[in-house]
Amino acid sequence: MRHDRRALLRATAALALGTLSGLLLPAAPGYAPARAALPVSEVAEGIFVRFGLHEEVTAANCGAIANIGFIVGEDSVAVIDSGTTHAQGLALRDAVATVTDKPVSHLFATHVHFDHCFGHSAFSDLPLRSIGHRNLPRALAERGPFYKDMLARICPDLAGAAVVPPNETVEDTLEVDLGNRPLRIRAWPTAHTNTDLTIFDVKTGMLWSGDLIFAERLPTLDGSINGWLKVLEELLPEEVLRVIPGHGAVSDGRAALATQRRYLEFLRDEVRQAIAEGLDIQETLTRIGNVNKQNWQVFDLNHGRNIVSAYTELEWE
Amino acid sequence: MHTARAAMRSLDPRRLAATLVFPLLGVLLALLPGVAKADDTAWDDIRTELYGAEQSFEPAAGIISLEVPYRALDAATVPITVTSGIPQTEDRYIRSLTLIVDENPAPIVGTFHFSPANGIASISTRVRVNAYTNIRAIAETNDGTFYMAAEYVKASGGCSAPASGDQEAAMARMGKMKLRQLGTWRQNEIAEAQFQVSHPNYSGFQQDQVSQLWIPAHYVRSIELTLGEREILRFDGDISISENPTFRFFVKPQGPQVLHAKVVDSEDKVFEQSWPLQLEPSS
Repeated sequence: MRHDRRALLRATAALALGTLSGLLLPAAPGYAPARAALPVSEVAEGIFVRFGLHEEVTAANCGAIANIGFIVGEDSVAVIDSGTTHAQGLALRDAVATVTDKPVSHLFATHVHFDHCFGHSAFSDLPLRSIGHRNLPRALAERGPFYKDMLARICPDLAGAAVVPPNETVEDTLEVDLGNRPLRIRAWPTAHTNTDLTIFDVKTGMLWSGDLIFAERLPTLDGSINGWLKVLEELLPEEVLRVIPGHGAVSDGRAALATQRRYLEFLRDEVRQAIAEGLDIQETLTRIGNVNKQNWQVFDLNHGRNIVSAYTELEWE
Repeated sequence: MHTARAAMRSLDPRRLAATLVFPLLGVLLALLPGVAKADDTAWDDIRTELYGAEQSFEPAAGIISLEVPYRALDAATVPITVTSGIPQTEDRYIRSLTLIVDENPAPIVGTFHFSPANGIASISTRVRVNAYTNIRAIAETNDGTFYMAAEYVKASGGCSAPASGDQEAAMARMGKMKLRQLGTWRQNEIAEAQFQVSHPNYSGFQQDQVSQLWIPAHYVRSIELTLGEREILRFDGDISISENPTFRFFVKPQGPQVLHAKVVDSEDKVFEQSWPLQLEPSS
Protein backbone atom coordinates (compact mmCIF):
# COMPACT_ATOMS: atom_id res chain seq x y z
CA MET A 1 0.00 0.00 0.00
CA ARG A 2 2.79 2.33 1.03
CA HIS A 3 4.56 1.41 -2.22
CA ASP A 4 1.46 2.22 -4.24
CA ARG A 5 1.09 5.62 -2.65
CA ARG A 6 4.72 6.44 -3.35
CA ALA A 7 4.29 5.34 -6.92
CA LEU A 8 1.31 7.61 -7.26
CA LEU A 9 3.21 10.53 -5.76
CA ARG A 10 6.07 9.94 -8.19
CA ALA A 11 3.66 9.80 -11.10
CA THR A 12 1.97 13.00 -10.01
CA ALA A 13 5.33 14.74 -9.57
CA ALA A 14 6.41 13.68 -13.05
CA LEU A 15 3.18 14.97 -14.51
CA ALA A 16 3.56 18.26 -12.67
CA LEU A 17 7.06 18.52 -14.10
CA GLY A 18 5.64 17.80 -17.52
CA THR A 19 3.20 20.66 -17.07
CA LEU A 20 5.98 22.94 -16.00
CA SER A 21 8.18 22.02 -18.96
CA GLY A 22 5.14 22.63 -21.13
CA LEU A 23 5.09 26.17 -19.84
CA LEU A 24 8.79 26.60 -20.29
CA LEU A 25 9.03 25.03 -23.72
CA PRO A 26 5.82 25.87 -25.49
CA ALA A 27 7.41 25.49 -28.94
CA ALA A 28 8.52 21.88 -28.48
CA PRO A 29 5.70 19.79 -29.95
CA GLY A 30 6.11 16.97 -27.41
CA TYR A 31 5.65 19.34 -24.51
CA ALA A 32 2.49 21.24 -25.25
CA PRO A 33 0.54 21.93 -22.05
CA ALA A 34 -2.20 19.44 -22.83
CA ARG A 35 0.39 16.71 -22.71
CA ALA A 36 0.44 16.36 -18.99
CA ALA A 37 -2.42 18.40 -17.68
CA LEU A 38 -4.30 15.50 -16.13
CA PRO A 39 -3.15 13.18 -13.33
CA VAL A 40 -3.04 9.39 -13.33
CA SER A 41 -4.55 7.49 -10.40
CA GLU A 42 -4.21 3.88 -9.28
CA VAL A 43 -7.77 2.52 -9.21
CA ALA A 44 -6.88 -1.10 -8.30
CA GLU A 45 -3.64 -2.91 -7.62
CA GLY A 46 -1.41 -2.18 -10.61
CA ILE A 47 -4.14 -0.48 -12.66
CA PHE A 48 -3.68 3.21 -13.44
CA VAL A 49 -6.19 5.51 -15.13
CA ARG A 50 -6.02 9.02 -16.49
CA PHE A 51 -9.64 10.12 -16.26
CA GLY A 52 -10.97 12.18 -19.14
CA LEU A 53 -12.91 15.43 -18.81
CA HIS A 54 -16.65 15.57 -19.45
CA GLU A 55 -16.30 18.28 -22.09
CA GLU A 56 -16.56 18.69 -25.83
CA VAL A 57 -13.18 18.69 -27.59
CA THR A 58 -11.64 22.17 -27.33
CA ALA A 59 -8.23 23.75 -27.93
CA ALA A 60 -7.82 23.91 -24.16
CA ASN A 61 -8.46 20.22 -23.43
CA CYS A 62 -7.15 19.00 -26.79
CA GLY A 63 -9.51 16.07 -26.64
CA ALA A 64 -8.34 14.68 -23.29
CA ILE A 65 -11.88 13.50 -22.68
CA ALA A 66 -11.60 9.71 -22.45
CA ASN A 67 -10.27 7.37 -19.78
CA ILE A 68 -6.87 5.96 -20.76
CA GLY A 69 -4.27 4.11 -18.71
CA PHE A 70 -2.29 0.94 -18.09
CA ILE A 71 -2.02 -2.34 -16.20
CA VAL A 72 1.28 -3.48 -14.64
CA GLY A 73 2.16 -7.21 -14.50
CA GLU A 74 5.23 -8.95 -13.05
CA ASP A 75 7.05 -8.87 -16.40
CA SER A 76 5.56 -6.05 -18.41
CA VAL A 77 2.90 -3.40 -18.87
CA ALA A 78 -0.19 -3.17 -21.08
CA VAL A 79 -1.28 0.31 -22.11
CA ILE A 80 -4.99 0.61 -22.80
CA ASP A 81 -5.89 3.54 -25.05
CA SER A 82 -3.58 6.47 -25.57
CA GLY A 83 -5.65 9.66 -25.79
CA THR A 84 -6.27 12.07 -28.63
CA THR A 85 -2.76 13.28 -29.38
CA HIS A 86 0.85 12.15 -29.60
CA ALA A 87 1.52 14.40 -26.60
CA GLN A 88 -1.09 12.64 -24.49
CA GLY A 89 0.43 9.30 -25.50
CA LEU A 90 3.86 10.53 -24.45
CA ALA A 91 2.50 11.71 -21.12
CA LEU A 92 1.01 8.30 -20.53
CA ARG A 93 4.32 6.68 -21.42
CA ASP A 94 6.02 8.97 -18.90
CA ALA A 95 3.45 8.00 -16.29
CA VAL A 96 4.25 4.31 -16.88
CA ALA A 97 7.96 5.02 -16.43
CA THR A 98 7.40 6.76 -13.12
CA VAL A 99 5.50 3.76 -11.74
CA THR A 100 7.64 0.90 -13.04
CA ASP A 101 10.80 0.02 -14.97
CA LYS A 102 9.01 -2.84 -16.74
CA PRO A 103 8.64 -2.50 -20.49
CA VAL A 104 5.38 -1.81 -22.28
CA SER A 105 4.63 -5.09 -24.07
CA HIS A 106 1.05 -4.50 -25.23
CA LEU A 107 -0.88 -1.50 -26.52
CA PHE A 108 -4.64 -1.85 -26.87
CA ALA A 109 -7.16 0.31 -28.71
CA THR A 110 -10.66 -0.14 -27.28
CA HIS A 111 -12.16 1.30 -30.52
CA VAL A 112 -11.62 3.65 -33.46
CA HIS A 113 -12.53 7.00 -31.86
CA PHE A 114 -9.77 9.58 -31.76
CA ASP A 115 -10.08 10.31 -28.05
CA HIS A 116 -9.01 6.73 -27.35
CA CYS A 117 -6.32 5.75 -29.83
CA PHE A 118 -4.86 8.80 -31.60
CA GLY A 119 -1.96 8.91 -29.11
CA HIS A 120 -0.72 5.50 -30.31
CA SER A 121 2.10 7.13 -32.29
CA ALA A 122 3.85 7.87 -28.97
CA PHE A 123 4.57 4.13 -28.69
CA SER A 124 5.60 3.51 -32.31
CA ASP A 125 9.31 3.06 -31.53
CA LEU A 126 8.67 0.23 -29.04
CA PRO A 127 8.72 -3.47 -30.03
CA LEU A 128 5.26 -4.16 -28.64
CA ARG A 129 2.09 -5.96 -29.68
CA SER A 130 -0.38 -3.29 -30.75
CA ILE A 131 -3.81 -4.90 -30.62
CA GLY A 132 -7.26 -3.92 -31.86
CA HIS A 133 -10.57 -5.26 -33.16
CA ARG A 134 -10.51 -6.98 -36.56
CA ASN A 135 -12.41 -4.01 -38.05
CA LEU A 136 -10.03 -1.43 -36.63
CA PRO A 137 -7.47 -1.11 -39.47
CA ARG A 138 -10.18 -0.38 -42.01
CA ALA A 139 -12.08 1.96 -39.70
CA LEU A 140 -8.89 3.92 -38.97
CA ALA A 141 -8.04 4.17 -42.66
CA GLU A 142 -11.54 5.49 -43.41
CA ARG A 143 -11.86 7.89 -40.54
CA GLY A 144 -8.27 8.78 -39.71
CA PRO A 145 -7.80 11.63 -42.21
CA PHE A 146 -11.22 13.10 -41.41
CA TYR A 147 -10.61 13.07 -37.65
CA LYS A 148 -7.11 14.50 -38.10
CA ASP A 149 -8.40 17.40 -40.20
CA MET A 150 -11.11 18.12 -37.68
CA LEU A 151 -8.73 18.00 -34.72
CA ALA A 152 -6.03 20.00 -36.49
CA ARG A 153 -8.47 22.92 -36.62
CA ILE A 154 -8.93 22.93 -32.86
CA CYS A 155 -5.95 21.23 -31.28
CA PRO A 156 -2.48 22.79 -31.41
CA ASP A 157 -0.51 19.71 -30.34
CA LEU A 158 -1.90 17.37 -32.97
CA ALA A 159 0.54 18.52 -35.63
CA GLY A 160 2.65 15.79 -37.17
CA ALA A 161 0.99 12.90 -35.35
CA ALA A 162 0.26 9.81 -37.41
CA VAL A 163 -2.77 7.56 -37.06
CA VAL A 164 -1.28 4.17 -36.19
CA PRO A 165 -3.20 0.97 -36.91
CA PRO A 166 -2.70 -2.16 -34.76
CA ASN A 167 -0.12 -4.77 -35.80
CA GLU A 168 -2.39 -7.53 -34.54
CA THR A 169 -6.17 -7.84 -34.64
CA VAL A 170 -8.65 -9.85 -32.58
CA GLU A 171 -11.32 -11.83 -34.39
CA ASP A 172 -13.23 -12.92 -31.30
CA THR A 173 -11.16 -13.53 -28.13
CA LEU A 174 -7.52 -13.46 -27.10
CA GLU A 175 -5.55 -14.09 -23.91
CA VAL A 176 -2.29 -12.39 -23.04
CA ASP A 177 -0.17 -12.50 -19.88
CA LEU A 178 1.88 -9.65 -18.43
CA GLY A 179 3.57 -12.03 -15.93
CA ASN A 180 1.21 -13.57 -13.40
CA ARG A 181 -1.33 -11.14 -14.77
CA PRO A 182 -3.54 -12.76 -17.41
CA LEU A 183 -5.77 -10.49 -19.48
CA ARG A 184 -8.77 -11.72 -21.47
CA ILE A 185 -9.51 -9.71 -24.58
CA ARG A 186 -12.81 -9.75 -26.40
CA ALA A 187 -13.79 -8.23 -29.74
CA TRP A 188 -17.53 -7.50 -29.78
CA PRO A 189 -20.10 -7.38 -32.58
CA THR A 190 -21.10 -3.86 -33.70
CA ALA A 191 -22.34 -1.89 -30.68
CA HIS A 192 -20.95 1.54 -29.68
CA THR A 193 -18.82 1.26 -32.86
CA ASN A 194 -17.88 -1.65 -35.12
CA THR A 195 -14.45 -1.84 -33.41
CA ASP A 196 -15.27 -2.37 -29.71
CA LEU A 197 -12.71 -4.32 -27.68
CA THR A 198 -12.72 -5.01 -23.92
CA ILE A 199 -9.88 -6.06 -21.62
CA PHE A 200 -10.61 -8.16 -18.53
CA ASP A 201 -8.00 -8.31 -15.77
CA VAL A 202 -8.52 -11.73 -14.19
CA LYS A 203 -6.50 -10.89 -11.06
CA THR A 204 -8.70 -8.03 -9.86
CA GLY A 205 -11.94 -8.79 -11.72
CA MET A 206 -11.62 -5.40 -13.43
CA LEU A 207 -13.20 -4.95 -16.85
CA TRP A 208 -11.78 -2.17 -19.03
CA SER A 209 -14.95 -1.65 -21.02
CA GLY A 210 -13.95 1.12 -23.37
CA ASP A 211 -17.02 3.05 -24.57
CA LEU A 212 -19.32 0.05 -24.25
CA ILE A 213 -20.08 1.74 -20.92
CA PHE A 214 -20.34 5.47 -20.42
CA ALA A 215 -20.76 6.79 -16.88
CA GLU A 216 -22.05 10.34 -16.32
CA ARG A 217 -21.25 11.43 -19.90
CA LEU A 218 -23.93 10.76 -22.50
CA PRO A 219 -23.24 7.57 -24.52
CA THR A 220 -22.57 8.26 -28.20
CA LEU A 221 -23.99 5.87 -30.75
CA ASP A 222 -21.74 5.23 -33.75
CA GLY A 223 -22.39 1.54 -34.46
CA SER A 224 -25.73 -0.14 -33.83
CA ILE A 225 -28.33 0.63 -31.18
CA ASN A 226 -29.83 -2.87 -31.36
CA GLY A 227 -26.34 -4.38 -31.36
CA TRP A 228 -25.29 -2.33 -28.35
CA LEU A 229 -28.36 -3.28 -26.30
CA LYS A 230 -27.62 -6.91 -27.08
CA VAL A 231 -23.97 -6.61 -26.05
CA LEU A 232 -25.01 -5.01 -22.75
CA GLU A 233 -26.87 -8.22 -21.88
CA GLU A 234 -23.62 -10.16 -21.64
CA LEU A 235 -21.04 -7.48 -20.90
CA LEU A 236 -21.00 -7.89 -17.10
CA PRO A 237 -21.04 -11.54 -16.00
CA GLU A 238 -20.51 -12.24 -12.29
CA GLU A 239 -16.75 -12.49 -12.59
CA VAL A 240 -16.63 -8.77 -13.42
CA LEU A 241 -16.29 -7.03 -10.05
CA ARG A 242 -15.27 -3.53 -11.17
CA VAL A 243 -15.50 -1.57 -14.41
CA ILE A 244 -13.35 1.17 -15.90
CA PRO A 245 -15.75 2.82 -18.34
CA GLY A 246 -14.60 4.68 -21.43
CA HIS A 247 -15.78 7.88 -19.75
CA GLY A 248 -16.64 8.46 -16.09
CA ALA A 249 -15.89 6.92 -12.72
CA VAL A 250 -14.89 3.39 -11.76
CA SER A 251 -17.66 1.36 -10.12
CA ASP A 252 -19.08 -2.16 -10.16
CA GLY A 253 -20.65 -1.07 -13.43
CA ARG A 254 -24.16 -2.36 -12.78
CA ALA A 255 -25.87 0.97 -12.11
CA ALA A 256 -23.97 2.69 -14.92
CA LEU A 257 -24.99 -0.06 -17.33
CA ALA A 258 -28.63 0.11 -16.23
CA THR A 259 -28.73 3.90 -16.67
CA GLN A 260 -27.18 3.63 -20.09
CA ARG A 261 -29.56 0.86 -21.10
CA ARG A 262 -32.54 2.99 -20.08
CA TYR A 263 -31.27 5.82 -22.26
CA LEU A 264 -30.70 3.57 -25.26
CA GLU A 265 -34.06 1.82 -24.89
CA PHE A 266 -35.85 5.15 -24.67
CA LEU A 267 -33.99 6.36 -27.76
CA ARG A 268 -34.85 3.18 -29.66
CA ASP A 269 -38.53 3.26 -28.70
CA GLU A 270 -39.02 6.96 -29.47
CA VAL A 271 -37.23 6.77 -32.82
CA ARG A 272 -39.16 3.63 -33.82
CA GLN A 273 -42.39 5.45 -33.01
CA ALA A 274 -41.37 8.50 -35.07
CA ILE A 275 -40.46 6.31 -38.06
CA ALA A 276 -43.78 4.46 -37.81
CA GLU A 277 -45.61 7.80 -37.88
CA GLY A 278 -43.74 8.89 -41.02
CA LEU A 279 -41.66 11.61 -39.36
CA ASP A 280 -38.41 12.38 -41.15
CA ILE A 281 -35.07 12.89 -39.38
CA GLN A 282 -35.54 16.62 -38.85
CA GLU A 283 -39.05 16.18 -37.47
CA THR A 284 -37.79 13.43 -35.17
CA LEU A 285 -35.04 15.74 -33.89
CA THR A 286 -37.61 18.43 -33.22
CA ARG A 287 -39.81 16.01 -31.30
CA ILE A 288 -37.21 14.29 -29.08
CA GLY A 289 -34.04 16.37 -29.42
CA ASN A 290 -34.47 17.87 -25.96
CA VAL A 291 -36.03 15.06 -23.96
CA ASN A 292 -34.59 12.35 -21.70
CA LYS A 293 -31.71 14.57 -20.64
CA GLN A 294 -31.79 13.36 -17.01
CA ASN A 295 -28.34 13.92 -15.47
CA TRP A 296 -26.25 13.27 -18.58
CA GLN A 297 -23.26 15.49 -19.22
CA VAL A 298 -22.24 16.71 -22.70
CA PHE A 299 -25.81 16.02 -23.79
CA ASP A 300 -26.97 18.49 -26.42
CA LEU A 301 -25.12 17.75 -29.66
CA ASN A 302 -24.51 14.12 -28.81
CA HIS A 303 -28.17 13.36 -28.16
CA GLY A 304 -29.10 14.80 -31.56
CA ARG A 305 -26.34 12.79 -33.20
CA ASN A 306 -27.62 9.63 -31.48
CA ILE A 307 -31.12 10.27 -32.79
CA VAL A 308 -29.85 10.52 -36.37
CA SER A 309 -27.72 7.42 -35.94
CA ALA A 310 -30.57 5.38 -34.42
CA TYR A 311 -33.00 6.62 -37.08
CA THR A 312 -30.86 5.48 -40.01
CA GLU A 313 -30.47 2.05 -38.44
CA LEU A 314 -34.04 1.47 -37.27
CA GLU A 315 -35.70 2.54 -40.52
CA TRP A 316 -34.32 -0.71 -42.02
CA GLU A 317 -35.76 -3.02 -39.36
CA MET B 1 0.35 25.73 -56.47
CA HIS B 2 -2.08 26.84 -53.82
CA THR B 3 0.30 29.52 -52.64
CA ALA B 4 0.77 30.86 -56.16
CA ARG B 5 -2.96 30.97 -56.69
CA ALA B 6 -3.51 32.74 -53.40
CA ALA B 7 -0.80 35.28 -54.23
CA MET B 8 -2.35 36.03 -57.62
CA ARG B 9 -5.70 36.50 -55.99
CA SER B 10 -4.32 38.88 -53.41
CA LEU B 11 -3.18 41.22 -56.20
CA ASP B 12 -6.60 41.33 -57.78
CA PRO B 13 -8.17 44.64 -56.67
CA ARG B 14 -11.62 43.08 -56.36
CA ARG B 15 -10.16 40.39 -54.16
CA LEU B 16 -8.40 43.04 -52.14
CA ALA B 17 -11.65 44.87 -51.61
CA ALA B 18 -13.27 41.62 -50.70
CA THR B 19 -10.54 40.95 -48.14
CA LEU B 20 -11.37 44.22 -46.48
CA VAL B 21 -15.13 43.96 -46.64
CA PHE B 22 -15.73 40.26 -46.06
CA PRO B 23 -14.46 40.02 -42.49
CA LEU B 24 -17.08 42.56 -41.47
CA LEU B 25 -19.67 40.85 -43.60
CA GLY B 26 -18.59 37.57 -42.05
CA VAL B 27 -19.26 38.90 -38.59
CA LEU B 28 -22.71 40.05 -39.65
CA LEU B 29 -23.48 36.77 -41.39
CA ALA B 30 -22.25 34.79 -38.41
CA LEU B 31 -25.10 36.32 -36.45
CA LEU B 32 -27.64 34.86 -38.85
CA PRO B 33 -27.75 31.07 -38.64
CA GLY B 34 -27.91 29.24 -41.94
CA VAL B 35 -26.93 32.09 -44.23
CA ALA B 36 -24.31 31.23 -46.84
CA LYS B 37 -20.81 32.44 -45.99
CA ALA B 38 -18.77 34.54 -48.33
CA ASP B 39 -15.80 32.25 -49.00
CA ASP B 40 -16.46 31.10 -52.54
CA THR B 41 -13.02 29.68 -53.38
CA ALA B 42 -14.28 26.12 -53.76
CA TRP B 43 -17.46 27.21 -55.49
CA ASP B 44 -15.53 29.19 -58.14
CA ASP B 45 -13.90 25.96 -59.28
CA ILE B 46 -17.07 23.90 -59.06
CA ARG B 47 -19.21 26.33 -61.04
CA THR B 48 -16.61 26.57 -63.78
CA GLU B 49 -16.41 22.82 -64.04
CA LEU B 50 -20.17 22.27 -63.98
CA TYR B 51 -21.56 25.26 -65.84
CA GLY B 52 -18.67 27.19 -67.37
CA ALA B 53 -17.42 30.54 -66.09
CA GLU B 54 -20.10 32.57 -67.91
CA GLN B 55 -23.23 30.96 -66.49
CA SER B 56 -25.29 33.30 -64.34
CA PHE B 57 -27.57 32.28 -61.49
CA GLU B 58 -30.75 34.05 -60.50
CA PRO B 59 -31.66 34.47 -56.82
CA ALA B 60 -33.79 31.53 -55.79
CA ALA B 61 -36.43 33.50 -53.85
CA GLY B 62 -39.90 32.36 -54.93
CA ILE B 63 -38.53 29.46 -56.98
CA ILE B 64 -36.84 27.23 -54.45
CA SER B 65 -35.93 27.42 -50.77
CA LEU B 66 -33.21 25.32 -49.17
CA GLU B 67 -33.43 24.03 -45.63
CA VAL B 68 -30.39 22.58 -43.88
CA PRO B 69 -29.69 22.10 -40.19
CA TYR B 70 -27.61 24.83 -38.55
CA ARG B 71 -25.13 22.17 -37.49
CA ALA B 72 -24.48 18.82 -39.14
CA LEU B 73 -25.02 16.57 -36.12
CA ASP B 74 -23.95 13.38 -37.86
CA ALA B 75 -21.37 13.92 -40.59
CA ALA B 76 -22.60 10.79 -42.38
CA THR B 77 -26.24 11.87 -42.51
CA VAL B 78 -27.22 15.51 -42.89
CA PRO B 79 -30.86 15.95 -43.89
CA ILE B 80 -31.57 18.63 -46.48
CA THR B 81 -34.83 19.75 -48.01
CA VAL B 82 -35.44 21.80 -51.12
CA THR B 83 -38.96 23.18 -51.37
CA SER B 84 -40.24 24.42 -54.68
CA GLY B 85 -42.21 27.64 -54.79
CA ILE B 86 -43.79 27.00 -58.18
CA PRO B 87 -46.18 24.28 -59.35
CA GLN B 88 -44.96 21.87 -62.05
CA THR B 89 -47.08 22.63 -65.12
CA GLU B 90 -46.44 21.56 -68.72
CA ASP B 91 -45.68 25.23 -69.54
CA ARG B 92 -43.33 25.96 -66.70
CA TYR B 93 -41.55 23.53 -64.43
CA ILE B 94 -38.31 22.80 -62.65
CA ARG B 95 -36.40 20.47 -64.91
CA SER B 96 -33.53 19.64 -62.61
CA LEU B 97 -32.13 20.30 -59.18
CA THR B 98 -28.42 19.94 -58.43
CA LEU B 99 -27.06 19.71 -54.88
CA ILE B 100 -23.54 20.79 -54.03
CA VAL B 101 -21.52 20.59 -50.80
CA ASP B 102 -18.68 23.01 -51.52
CA GLU B 103 -16.03 21.65 -49.16
CA ASN B 104 -16.57 17.91 -49.66
CA PRO B 105 -13.92 15.84 -51.50
CA ALA B 106 -16.59 15.16 -54.13
CA PRO B 107 -18.68 18.35 -53.88
CA ILE B 108 -21.34 17.51 -56.47
CA VAL B 109 -23.89 15.40 -54.61
CA GLY B 110 -25.93 14.79 -57.75
CA THR B 111 -28.76 16.02 -59.92
CA PHE B 112 -32.46 15.22 -59.65
CA HIS B 113 -34.48 15.38 -62.86
CA PHE B 114 -38.17 16.19 -62.54
CA SER B 115 -41.18 16.38 -64.84
CA PRO B 116 -44.60 18.06 -64.72
CA ALA B 117 -45.90 14.71 -63.38
CA ASN B 118 -44.40 15.51 -59.99
CA GLY B 119 -46.93 18.25 -59.34
CA ILE B 120 -44.25 19.99 -57.34
CA ALA B 121 -40.48 19.57 -57.57
CA SER B 122 -39.65 19.52 -53.86
CA ILE B 123 -37.22 16.96 -52.51
CA SER B 124 -35.65 15.84 -49.22
CA THR B 125 -32.53 13.75 -49.00
CA ARG B 126 -29.43 13.18 -46.86
CA VAL B 127 -25.85 14.06 -47.64
CA ARG B 128 -22.40 13.62 -46.15
CA VAL B 129 -20.77 16.78 -44.85
CA ASN B 130 -17.01 16.71 -44.23
CA ALA B 131 -16.34 20.24 -43.08
CA TYR B 132 -17.78 23.69 -42.42
CA THR B 133 -19.30 24.36 -45.80
CA ASN B 134 -21.82 26.06 -47.97
CA ILE B 135 -24.49 23.77 -49.35
CA ARG B 136 -26.11 24.82 -52.62
CA ALA B 137 -29.27 23.90 -54.46
CA ILE B 138 -29.40 24.93 -58.11
CA ALA B 139 -32.70 24.62 -59.95
CA GLU B 140 -32.99 24.76 -63.72
CA THR B 141 -36.41 25.60 -65.10
CA ASN B 142 -37.58 24.32 -68.48
CA ASP B 143 -36.70 27.68 -70.10
CA GLY B 144 -33.03 27.10 -69.20
CA THR B 145 -32.79 29.61 -66.34
CA PHE B 146 -30.73 28.66 -63.28
CA TYR B 147 -31.72 29.66 -59.75
CA MET B 148 -29.42 29.15 -56.80
CA ALA B 149 -30.02 28.94 -53.05
CA ALA B 150 -27.17 28.47 -50.57
CA GLU B 151 -26.94 27.84 -46.85
CA TYR B 152 -24.01 27.44 -44.49
CA VAL B 153 -23.62 24.35 -42.33
CA LYS B 154 -21.25 23.82 -39.43
CA ALA B 155 -19.47 20.49 -39.39
CA SER B 156 -20.43 17.91 -36.80
CA GLY B 157 -17.48 17.82 -34.43
CA GLY B 158 -17.52 14.84 -32.11
CA CYS B 159 -16.90 11.26 -33.12
CA SER B 160 -19.23 10.97 -36.08
CA ALA B 161 -17.53 10.67 -39.47
CA PRO B 162 -18.76 10.59 -43.06
CA ALA B 163 -18.30 6.82 -43.01
CA SER B 164 -20.47 3.84 -42.18
CA GLY B 165 -20.83 2.64 -38.61
CA ASP B 166 -21.77 -0.86 -39.66
CA GLN B 167 -20.50 -1.83 -43.11
CA GLU B 168 -21.43 -5.49 -42.67
CA ALA B 169 -25.10 -4.63 -42.20
CA ALA B 170 -24.98 -2.24 -45.17
CA MET B 171 -23.38 -4.81 -47.47
CA ALA B 172 -25.71 -7.62 -46.36
CA ARG B 173 -28.73 -5.47 -47.25
CA MET B 174 -27.40 -4.02 -50.50
CA GLY B 175 -30.07 -3.53 -53.13
CA LYS B 176 -33.03 -3.83 -50.78
CA MET B 177 -35.56 -1.07 -51.56
CA LYS B 178 -38.49 0.52 -49.81
CA LEU B 179 -41.28 2.74 -51.02
CA ARG B 180 -43.55 4.51 -48.55
CA GLN B 181 -46.63 6.44 -49.56
CA LEU B 182 -46.86 9.24 -46.98
CA GLY B 183 -50.24 10.64 -46.05
CA THR B 184 -53.31 10.08 -48.18
CA TRP B 185 -52.98 9.35 -51.91
CA ARG B 186 -55.77 10.11 -54.34
CA GLN B 187 -55.97 10.18 -58.12
CA ASN B 188 -54.80 13.51 -59.63
CA GLU B 189 -53.80 14.91 -56.25
CA ILE B 190 -50.22 15.69 -55.33
CA ALA B 191 -48.88 13.19 -52.79
CA GLU B 192 -45.57 12.55 -51.07
CA ALA B 193 -43.50 9.39 -51.37
CA GLN B 194 -40.30 8.18 -49.77
CA PHE B 195 -37.94 5.98 -51.76
CA GLN B 196 -34.94 4.25 -50.20
CA VAL B 197 -32.36 1.85 -51.51
CA SER B 198 -29.94 0.12 -49.18
CA HIS B 199 -26.43 0.64 -50.47
CA PRO B 200 -23.16 1.47 -48.68
CA ASN B 201 -22.58 4.28 -51.21
CA TYR B 202 -19.02 3.77 -50.29
CA SER B 203 -16.55 6.57 -51.00
CA GLY B 204 -13.56 4.24 -50.87
CA PHE B 205 -10.03 5.36 -50.16
CA GLN B 206 -6.64 5.23 -51.75
CA GLN B 207 -4.13 2.75 -50.45
CA ASP B 208 -3.43 3.57 -46.85
CA GLN B 209 0.34 3.77 -46.38
CA VAL B 210 0.40 2.05 -43.03
CA SER B 211 -2.37 -0.50 -43.14
CA GLN B 212 -1.85 -1.29 -46.85
CA LEU B 213 -5.61 -1.28 -47.29
CA TRP B 214 -7.21 -0.17 -50.49
CA ILE B 215 -10.91 -0.21 -51.12
CA PRO B 216 -12.39 1.23 -54.29
CA ALA B 217 -15.41 3.52 -54.28
CA HIS B 218 -18.72 1.71 -54.65
CA TYR B 219 -21.69 4.01 -54.96
CA VAL B 220 -25.09 4.47 -56.52
CA ARG B 221 -24.69 6.10 -59.92
CA SER B 222 -28.29 6.47 -60.97
CA ILE B 223 -31.81 5.93 -59.74
CA GLU B 224 -34.76 6.05 -62.13
CA LEU B 225 -38.32 6.06 -60.89
CA THR B 226 -41.11 5.63 -63.41
CA LEU B 227 -44.87 5.78 -62.90
CA GLY B 228 -46.72 3.92 -65.60
CA GLU B 229 -44.76 4.85 -68.69
CA ARG B 230 -43.53 8.18 -67.45
CA GLU B 231 -40.23 8.94 -65.75
CA ILE B 232 -41.05 10.88 -62.60
CA LEU B 233 -37.67 11.17 -60.94
CA ARG B 234 -34.14 10.45 -62.05
CA PHE B 235 -31.09 10.94 -59.90
CA ASP B 236 -27.51 10.91 -61.15
CA GLY B 237 -25.27 10.83 -58.13
CA ASP B 238 -21.92 10.42 -56.49
CA ILE B 239 -20.34 9.60 -53.13
CA SER B 240 -21.62 12.63 -51.22
CA ILE B 241 -25.13 11.23 -50.96
CA SER B 242 -25.45 9.36 -47.65
CA GLU B 243 -25.36 5.60 -47.27
CA ASN B 244 -28.73 4.07 -48.20
CA PRO B 245 -29.82 6.87 -50.57
CA THR B 246 -33.21 8.17 -49.44
CA PHE B 247 -35.50 10.65 -51.21
CA ARG B 248 -38.81 12.19 -50.31
CA PHE B 249 -40.50 13.59 -53.39
CA PHE B 250 -43.91 14.37 -54.80
CA VAL B 251 -45.99 12.85 -57.54
CA LYS B 252 -49.47 13.30 -58.96
CA PRO B 253 -50.79 9.81 -59.68
CA GLN B 254 -53.06 9.50 -62.72
CA GLY B 255 -54.66 6.31 -61.43
CA PRO B 256 -53.76 2.98 -59.81
CA GLN B 257 -50.39 2.86 -61.54
CA VAL B 258 -47.25 0.89 -60.82
CA LEU B 259 -44.14 2.70 -59.60
CA HIS B 260 -40.95 1.12 -60.85
CA ALA B 261 -37.43 1.75 -59.56
CA LYS B 262 -34.18 0.95 -61.33
CA VAL B 263 -30.92 1.54 -59.48
CA VAL B 264 -27.49 1.21 -61.11
CA ASP B 265 -24.29 1.40 -59.08
CA SER B 266 -20.68 2.12 -59.97
CA GLU B 267 -19.95 -1.59 -60.43
CA ASP B 268 -22.84 -1.75 -62.94
CA LYS B 269 -24.95 -3.78 -60.55
CA VAL B 270 -28.63 -3.21 -61.36
CA PHE B 271 -31.41 -3.42 -58.78
CA GLU B 272 -35.08 -3.19 -59.78
CA GLN B 273 -38.41 -3.33 -58.00
CA SER B 274 -42.04 -2.33 -58.58
CA TRP B 275 -44.87 -1.30 -56.29
CA PRO B 276 -48.56 -0.93 -57.23
CA LEU B 277 -49.73 2.39 -55.76
CA GLN B 278 -52.47 2.31 -53.14
CA LEU B 279 -55.01 5.09 -53.78
CA GLU B 280 -57.93 6.22 -51.65
CA PRO B 281 -61.22 6.97 -53.43
CA SER B 282 -61.29 10.54 -54.80
CA SER B 283 -62.73 13.09 -52.43
